[in-house]
Amino acid sequence: MSHKPEHTDSNPDERRILVPGSSLNPRREFLRSAALFTGTVAALGGGLEVLTRRPGAGSAEAQGTDFVRPNRPLGPYDTKEAVTPYQQATTYNNFYELGTDKADPARNAGSLKPRPWTVKIDGEVKKPQTVDIDTLQSWFPLEDRIYRMRCVEGWSMVMPWLGFPLAGLIRRLEPTSKAKYVQFTALLDPKQLPGQRGNVLDWPYVEGLRLDEALHPLAFMAVGLHGKVLPGQNGAPLRLVVPWKYGFKGIKSIVKITLTEKQPQTTWMRAAPSEYGFYANVNPAVPHPRWSQATERRIGELGRRKTLPFNGYADEVAGLYKGMDLRKNF
Amino acid sequence: MGWLVPAVTVGGLLPVAVLIWDAYTGALGANPIQRATLQTGLLTLALLVASLACTPLRLLTGWTWPARIRKALGLLAFGYAALHFLIYLFDHGFSLGLMLEDVLERPFVTVGFTALLLLVPLALTSGRNSVKRLGFQRWTRLHQLVYLAVALGALHYYWGVKQDHTPPLIYAGVIAALFAVRFLKRRPTRKKASPT
Repeated sequence: MSHKPEHTDSNPDERRILVPGSSLNPRREFLRSAALFTGTVAALGGGLEVLTRRPGAGSAEAQGTDFVRPNRPLGPYDTKEAVTPYQQATTYNNFYELGTDKADPARNAGSLKPRPWTVKIDGEVKKPQTVDIDTLQSWFPLEDRIYRMRCVEGWSMVMPWLGFPLAGLIRRLEPTSKAKYVQFTALLDPKQLPGQRGNVLDWPYVEGLRLDEALHPLAFMAVGLHGKVLPGQNGAPLRLVVPWKYGFKGIKSIVKITLTEKQPQTTWMRAAPSEYGFYANVNPAVPHPRWSQATERRIGELGRRKTLPFNGYADEVAGLYKGMDLRKNF
Repeated sequence: MGWLVPAVTVGGLLPVAVLIWDAYTGALGANPIQRATLQTGLLTLALLVASLACTPLRLLTGWTWPARIRKALGLLAFGYAALHFLIYLFDHGFSLGLMLEDVLERPFVTVGFTALLLLVPLALTSGRNSVKRLGFQRWTRLHQLVYLAVALGALHYYWGVKQDHTPPLIYAGVIAALFAVRFLKRRPTRKKASPT
């Protein structure tokens, strides 16, 4: 304001400025501007935060009951690489049934009730049945398996699973001669899995393996993680782990296992067939349409490391795909 | 109203402070690079939309203050776009080879990179001198590139999302609505051709 203040002579304390369009004194004018400034900063800054901030659930930790950890040496397939801490392995999850954001599953896992739980086994088996999860689990001695896990999105973890080989389960079910594939179906229950209230994917989640893949000693059914009962966000009470394939093959919260003659139509094949194939073998030579698969970020590290063919399990599993064009059968 | 532009600038930069704080406290989660990339991308789009909302808001309400903060919002959007790109470069080890491969082979990246390039001349000619030097009409035409940039930005967001496309579609809807207001308010309503 360039106008010279004119004081009213009646009250020298109230320095009213006679500026056209303003009836305020300089102090009040300043306070008013300061208030408007602060209000605007808060409104714009706050508005932008509300619109864009996606905090990553840095501190929430999964509640887990400790397993009695089997006291046996680690098996021949275990990696010696540093294990991803429990806190990170349980707060950074893809489990769309519990929300599409990485932090959603940990936040929403409380609604998933892993007990009581039954698994239905049907299709081309001689012993179709519905079995309680605790019974199913008791059929096998639980093993530690420290596996690399590579997500199709370009990040990876090292997961200490607890469970049993899938091959043991399949053999016990006695497949018929017609059985060529194994189809897994996850729980469909929007009450327990709030992400299923929307149509982000075609629920229930379905995954599948060729029978020889399922019988490979690396294919694993996990019921625990880090020596604790599997948390909801990691797919309690029963999930598939196929360490040479992208993480989405590892279907969570399984309620049905069906042996089939025909190749199952999996959920991600239906959602985006050009991006996610049936095999989904980790392959640095075949890029995703939107990003390269040549490198990955190990969770906990800032840089990237080279992705290995079949996620480093080529010696064990490459033979399963002899003669196949893995660019077409991605 | 001397406080307005500084307030918008400080308010627009506040998310940078929050982002740094989140990174420092670990609130960005297990994959902070990915989280920061997503967040700066969203901030770019939100601020671009805010800058594009100024003119329609003035047209609808008659207020003059939206026009005064348009430049600040546009420059903030460019700043976040540049930060988004820098984090992407960091994630790719500052390798120009990897970047070029991405830009040339992956439409998702091509579109985002193009949007960033389109914003560069706009940021460079954001000063009053530029309006004088270019002439108002040429300056205006140049700055119409922002429509293309925001559309490409929204497409980049849409393609970047794996499955739940609701948020990018909301942005696209808002952008379309803002375009519609401009279109309807700027042009005098044409007389319908009467049947002869």
